Amino acid sequence: MISSEHMTINIGPQHPSTHGGLHVEAVLDGEKIIDTIVHVGYVHRGMEKIAESKTYAQFIPYSSRFDYLASNLPNLGYVQAVEKLMGIKVPERAEYIRVILAELSRIASHQLFIGSLCIDLGATTAMMYCFRDRERIMDMFEMTSGQRLITAYMRIGGVAEDLPEEFYPAVRSFLKDLPAMLKEYDGLIFGNEILQARLKGVGKLSAEDAIAYGVSGSNLRASGVNYDIRKIEPYGIYDRFDFEVPLGQNGDCWDRLMVRVEEIVQSARIIEQALEAMPEGEIKAKVPRVLKAEKGAEVYHRIESSKGELGYYIVSDGTDKPYRMHVRAPSFINLAVLPIISKGGLLQDIIANIATLDPVLGESDR
Amino acid sequence: MSEINYLAEILKDLNQHMEGQIQISENQPYTCIKTDEKNLIKLLKRLKQKHGFNYLANLTAVDYQDHFEVVYHIHSVPDNRKIMVKCSISREKAQLPSAVSLWPAADWQEREIYDLMGIKFTGHPNLVRILLPEDFTGHPLRKDYQIKG
Repeated sequence: MISSEHMTINIGPQHPSTHGGLHVEAVLDGEKIIDTIVHVGYVHRGMEKIAESKTYAQFIPYSSRFDYLASNLPNLGYVQAVEKLMGIKVPERAEYIRVILAELSRIASHQLFIGSLCIDLGATTAMMYCFRDRERIMDMFEMTSGQRLITAYMRIGGVAEDLPEEFYPAVRSFLKDLPAMLKEYDGLIFGNEILQARLKGVGKLSAEDAIAYGVSGSNLRASGVNYDIRKIEPYGIYDRFDFEVPLGQNGDCWDRLMVRVEEIVQSARIIEQALEAMPEGEIKAKVPRVLKAEKGAEVYHRIESSKGELGYYIVSDGTDKPYRMHVRAPSFINLAVLPIISKGGLLQDIIANIATLDPVLGESDR
Repeated sequence: MSEINYLAEILKDLNQHMEGQIQISENQPYTCIKTDEKNLIKLLKRLKQKHGFNYLANLTAVDYQDHFEVVYHIHSVPDNRKIMVKCSISREKAQLPSAVSLWPAADWQEREIYDLMGIKFTGHPNLVRILLPEDFTGHPLRKDYQIKG
């Protein structure tokens, strides 16, 4: 007699395809997924509690440690939230530097996404090409902040230092080589039949489900929803740039990959425009040594990070430390949709689904 | 400009429909609607079903020591309308009806609030800790939680 019992398989938390401490229980009927239970929290460091005992400026390096794969973005979101809370105006040049570094972070994050997707699906060689190219962005971050991953380069009122001389040729040559890199990925990775078979029609997420579950960022746009915070609610100086918002049609793993590839191109366009228009001048506003917000003031500031809508909700009690700080982590909320897109698929699809949702667990667990 | 007209219309409708049950303060960028736990679901339902707020962007809670405040940032996607709902609850009771039936996005966010702040959401399908281990005692984001060195 054939047994009809379901079997549960544990994936993670120690597993290379879980992107840092994610535990997924897959309930299977044969190879078919009946249910998926997601367990997060392995990288929980109590960041929101830590924030309550740190001054506004002291928290900047912590904010880099949310999304350590694109650390300029959570960094930027945090300092902008504080600036909004206190009404601080940022000098023009600093705004441009911020945009350049934020978009470089987005490109690095998406390149890592392509590489880690390949390695998760078993294409180890393909990963090397993406990492080789991402390395050049890491070098640029090292030039600016001395750090490759956890840059902590943003400051309340501007940035830490002006861009060094050697940064400009590095970024220009990177932008020049970028089309060739993408062409190489296209021939080597995206054109591969096995990769297409593993991704096309897999892990479909409808636009309705995406919205209902609060999915954001490239994952939402892959389902065809035109929602990019840089466009609908431009923060900083994002209203000055000309770029497009790539959309998918089917909301499957393949679209989630293709949307990100297109976004690399658009980010490069933004960087080019920013380099062109960047004025000379101050890089940091004059802010008091002890930063205090008004008592009872609160702010919810959100940016389009490489993972989605990254929001900071800060409440002030008039002291130099936030009374309460909550981080709306896109990775956390995007992960909740994993059971929906995995249901009815095969066990192997879970790996593609996790990889294309692109969670970073440091941000999800905070 | 249409943005402001739209908001005025919503507020007019809410004032008619929920007279005496809500307090509105029009701030930038989020107009805030305050209500109590009895009228919360009625308000959220009206915002979602009548006014198209289909996206629960952010859900969190603040411990003000004499009471808790649960904060909902609700948006509409893709046309980007925004509103904020706040609901004060007593520390002794610390209980609120769940919004999961309106927005599945509330599922994990309510679990997070339960885990870290200790507020119970009645009607939630699976209200268990999410970030901390099951055997953890206490709720660390409460202001009276003792941090041990």
